[in-house]
Amino acid sequence: MRQIAIYGKGGIGKSTTTQNTLAALAERGKKIMLVGCDPKADSTRLLLGGATQETVLNSVKDVGQENVTEEDVFRIGFGGVRCVESGGPEPGVGCAGRGIITSITTLEQLGAYEKELDYVFYDVLGDVVCGGFAMPIREGYAKEIYIVCSGELMALYAANNIAKGVLKFANSGGVRVGGLICNSRNVDNEKDMVEAFAKKLGTQLIHFIPRDNVVQRAEIKKKTVIEHETGAKQADVYRELARKIEENEMFVIPTPMAMQELEDLMMEYGFMEEYERTTEAAAAAAAAAK
Amino acid sequence: MAINIKESEEIVEDVLNIYPEKPRKNRQEHIGVNKKDACGSCVAKSNLKSLPGVMTPRGCAYAGSKGVVWGPVKDVINISHGPIGCGHYSWGTRRNLANGVPGVENFMPFQFTTDFRERDIVFGGDKKLEQAIHELKGLFPTTKGFVVESECPIGLIGDDIEAVAKKTSADLNTTVIPVRCEGFRGVSQSLGHHIANDSIRDYVVGTGKLDDSQKTKYDVAILGDYNIGGDVWASMKVITEMGLNVIAHWSGDGSIEEMRITHEVNYILLHCYRSMNYISNYYNEKYGIPWIEYNFFGPTKIKESIRKIAALFDEHIQEQSEKVIEKYEPKMQAVIDKYRPRLEGKKVMILVGGLRPRHIVGAYEDLGMQVVTAAYEFAHSDDYERTTKELEDGAIIADDLNEHEFIELAHRLKPDLVASGIKEKYVFQKMGIPFRQMHSWDYSGPYHGYDGFEIFAKDMDLAINSPSWKFVKPSWKK
Repeated sequence: MRQIAIYGKGGIGKSTTTQNTLAALAERGKKIMLVGCDPKADSTRLLLGGATQETVLNSVKDVGQENVTEEDVFRIGFGGVRCVESGGPEPGVGCAGRGIITSITTLEQLGAYEKELDYVFYDVLGDVVCGGFAMPIREGYAKEIYIVCSGELMALYAANNIAKGVLKFANSGGVRVGGLICNSRNVDNEKDMVEAFAKKLGTQLIHFIPRDNVVQRAEIKKKTVIEHETGAKQADVYRELARKIEENEMFVIPTPMAMQELEDLMMEYGFMEEYERTTEAAAAAAAAAK
Repeated sequence: MAINIKESEEIVEDVLNIYPEKPRKNRQEHIGVNKKDACGSCVAKSNLKSLPGVMTPRGCAYAGSKGVVWGPVKDVINISHGPIGCGHYSWGTRRNLANGVPGVENFMPFQFTTDFRERDIVFGGDKKLEQAIHELKGLFPTTKGFVVESECPIGLIGDDIEAVAKKTSADLNTTVIPVRCEGFRGVSQSLGHHIANDSIRDYVVGTGKLDDSQKTKYDVAILGDYNIGGDVWASMKVITEMGLNVIAHWSGDGSIEEMRITHEVNYILLHCYRSMNYISNYYNEKYGIPWIEYNFFGPTKIKESIRKIAALFDEHIQEQSEKVIEKYEPKMQAVIDKYRPRLEGKKVMILVGGLRPRHIVGAYEDLGMQVVTAAYEFAHSDDYERTTKELEDGAIIADDLNEHEFIELAHRLKPDLVASGIKEKYVFQKMGIPFRQMHSWDYSGPYHGYDGFEIFAKDMDLAINSPSWKFVKPSWKK
């Protein structure tokens, strides 16, 4: 059983990418459990066709940790993927980090990890902000991390921060980075830049996902692309990512960068050049107009 | 017999020598040998982070707020907000006695807690707190208010207890006071005293009124007496006999109703300076009420204090006060005549909180005993300034005295009595050294006032001269 955690900046497309990739892995006949670790509990809706699901923490709250049953919290989604949502407190109260710890220990107690599974995936909210959000990558849980990012500075900045978080646990435990997944935002030189960034982190760009509106169309229908438009080109993109993850053998302890180094990298790959060119052109045009 | 200063300095050096260089330097600044004219903070640095790795005797901010300042207020319900342990283990252990019908006008016998569980951490405990306050108001409708004391997790998860306090006090038309005394704040329980004082300032001071017809020019308030084993009752007996009118006493056998009208008094008499100087200063700044420190341990200090207090008032009070002294002096002499021969020359080591290591010295000296070490858990530099002149030259003064240092000092100084707390008690008794608890007076008290001194003298005699010590030999006598 391989345990994999997906991290990345908020809004980068972690949940969409994860569910599409899992749908593709399920097509390959794999037995999978998906643990959504976001208090918003929206990590499984594409696989479940929008079906609402009782979260682990709500069950814990209602009946107490020792009385939660499998039927309460598991739903079977597309391709037989066992879906579970950790859930969490409403915004502004309680402790979402502790929630993840409680949720994962509840799953253990239910024997969720003892099932015959090929994969357990954790879809984790944003950054490794505290001990709770690092729970999925502690000893005994996920050993592989994939970071979803794009070529935008803030996405890379977040990815770099996540690498710092992983580094701490990589030194004390067995967790390794399996690669970056670039969910394209159509930034200039995006692929080259993320590739260079991955190299600096000591890892690889495992896959580049081009932007395609079919993903949004499928999302509106509460489905993955694989299920919604199974013949679409984008479906094959996710199938390719699934294959690469299956066959991946490159697991590394990351080498995160200093902020300055990261900014220099952006400069090198033309982000700043492009900015200067356009602003200079605008300034020249303004001067000519005078 | 005078204490040899040089010998004391050597002992301190020896005790510290076991440390590696860095901690040795750190602790050296906290332990010194007394010289009466030395500045206190030159003898010992204070109110700093404890040395990591040592067994410090210190408590936490919650202990300071709940255990010391707010806990003894009997007509409010103190809610320990958080998991069960803090509330349970602080239940009644300080022996703050209080009068009044339990459950009606006195809630001291009870322990109230929100008993945090995993789900309260994850989802927040604000709703549970609100429900608890509603339930308690239903069960105990005569309560005069609620004080919510935060335990550590409340600060960690950021529960908004201020909002709950505001809402419930409006809903139930009562007082609900949030106290942010999470245990991890500050370096000792001292910050908890300050936090509790601030909450009194923000929620209680000036909220009541004393009718003009009830006011006299002799109205005073006693602050910083926690009625341990009945202390405040013994103190009030003396102060009342002096002709003064005690309008309020905090917080031992205290009530929020009295706290609300404390701004109407003419003078504040402050016993525990460390835990209530903050609020005393506030009364002075806001209402111009002067405060004066006094010491009711042992007849010498009591006499000094009576005269110091009486000097604030007119001749009538001064005459009355002299009569009080005259009345009790023979009784006190009888106590001294009885016990002094049995206690003369006995050496004492003291480690208590922030006041008694200096305050109680006079009581021991009245019995002919000698304080060879005075150590504080959480005193500040102003306490040390007050300490140096109370002790003999050559006595060891220590701040945040840890287990190793305390035990080693005892081995070297060979005291006849160690006066400290429950954590220390059995360590020293097993070493064969007589011991008295100076936080809670063991199961005895009061020790304040004239009545208290008689009990104090008897307790010290019982501890030191108990025949049971014949069966245990101190390690240095083996």
